Amino acid sequence: MSRRIIHDHNRDGVDRRGFLECMAWAGTGALCVLSGGVLNSFALPDAAEAAKKIPAGAFSFVQISDSHIGFNKAANPDVAATLQAAVDKINALSVQPAFILHTGDITQLSKPDQFDTAAQLLRGLKTDQVFYVPGEHDVLDGTGNLYRERHGANSTGDGWYSFDLQGAHFVALVNVLNLKAGGLGYLGAGQLEWLEKDLKGVSSETPIVVFAHIPLWSVYPEWGWGTDDSAQALSYLKRFGSVTVLNGHIHQTMVKVEGNVTFHTAMSTAFPQAAPGTPGASPGPMTVPANQLRTVLGITDVNFMQGRLALAVTDSSLADTGFPATQSMEKQP
Amino acid sequence: MKVTRLGYVTLLVVLVFLLAPVHGKGKQIPVAAETASYTITIENFQFSPHNLEIPDGSKVIWINKDEEPHKVAEINNAFASPVLDTDQTFSYEFKSTGKFEYFCTIHPHMTGTVTVNPK
Repeated sequence: MSRRIIHDHNRDGVDRRGFLECMAWAGTGALCVLSGGVLNSFALPDAAEAAKKIPAGAFSFVQISDSHIGFNKAANPDVAATLQAAVDKINALSVQPAFILHTGDITQLSKPDQFDTAAQLLRGLKTDQVFYVPGEHDVLDGTGNLYRERHGANSTGDGWYSFDLQGAHFVALVNVLNLKAGGLGYLGAGQLEWLEKDLKGVSSETPIVVFAHIPLWSVYPEWGWGTDDSAQALSYLKRFGSVTVLNGHIHQTMVKVEGNVTFHTAMSTAFPQAAPGTPGASPGPMTVPANQLRTVLGITDVNFMQGRLALAVTDSSLADTGFPATQSMEKQP
Repeated sequence: MKVTRLGYVTLLVVLVFLLAPVHGKGKQIPVAAETASYTITIENFQFSPHNLEIPDGSKVIWINKDEEPHKVAEINNAFASPVLDTDQTFSYEFKSTGKFEYFCTIHPHMTGTVTVNPK
């Protein structure tokens, strides 16, 4: 099998300081495999073959993000239809996910009917368990009360919580409230204190999955794509062998591997956004030709190999009908 | 109660007299106040102009031209808008001099300044 680095522009090659960064723009079809500390990217024709070597997971879950129910502009006049398409795609997966993570911006304007429409569509999932974190669009009331009335039952503070499932520890963080002028996403002292305590009782061998709306790494601060105090949160995660950070907000897939931490952002189910720093672009909705829209929307499938400290992250667009791999990653000890 | 035709005419005349001075005053209000008005456009996640200088007593109108909701909030809570969806506006009349820094509480990297100078 041929091996070639397909994203070889200046921004995302191998960093000589020792971390590896792989960016795959939505729909381009890349597979990234991390094995023995070396990250390889494959073009899609090779990806299906490479993905066969990823062992079947003991369990999997799916991440969806940025549904923006209520949005009705040119970038996607029917966001309910594309969320429905995401639900249909998940229900058609050969291995059904144990649960779903929604990484925020469920709604466009935090309106009760928008939350209700999203909930109604997601009730169509075969799996009945959906875990949420809010996006900034879900807390436009300024407090997050409307969001927490629906999805905050087992959370503390502004809506953060953790849970253990299938041998992994999941942490849901909120970084879209109490934002500071000139700043980015924000966790705050109270949440950081909670996180430190929460992780104290967790063994270093336990795989950790952290999910939050705004990226917990500095993707592009000029567009607000980062979190002011994420470094503090990540310092609590250093001792763990396997940490996966799943975010949304930027409406495109992006991956960075740094030490034991894999950062990953998901596509939106509603509309794409421009690649960071695109001249003349802004971090708002990007309109693509209608017949291409579903190639830049998608879902993220995460497979856990229990007892192996390994995981596989697979992105697939709503237009994919075959093997759902635009990008995948395997991480082994 | 039976109302005669004369009654209707009287009522009409009274109403005309009652409304006329109010109408006249209403016309004079904008002339008397002479509130200068300035517009800040929110577009591509930026406030434009980024720094606006105005004389004291002026009104500033923010208009959101993005397909994304924004808010406008002064950092010391001198003013704060509701959520502004596409094409919605928020206005604030400045009644004291000084430098007012504001930001979008939804996208906090978006900042701007209004400097109010003495008249």
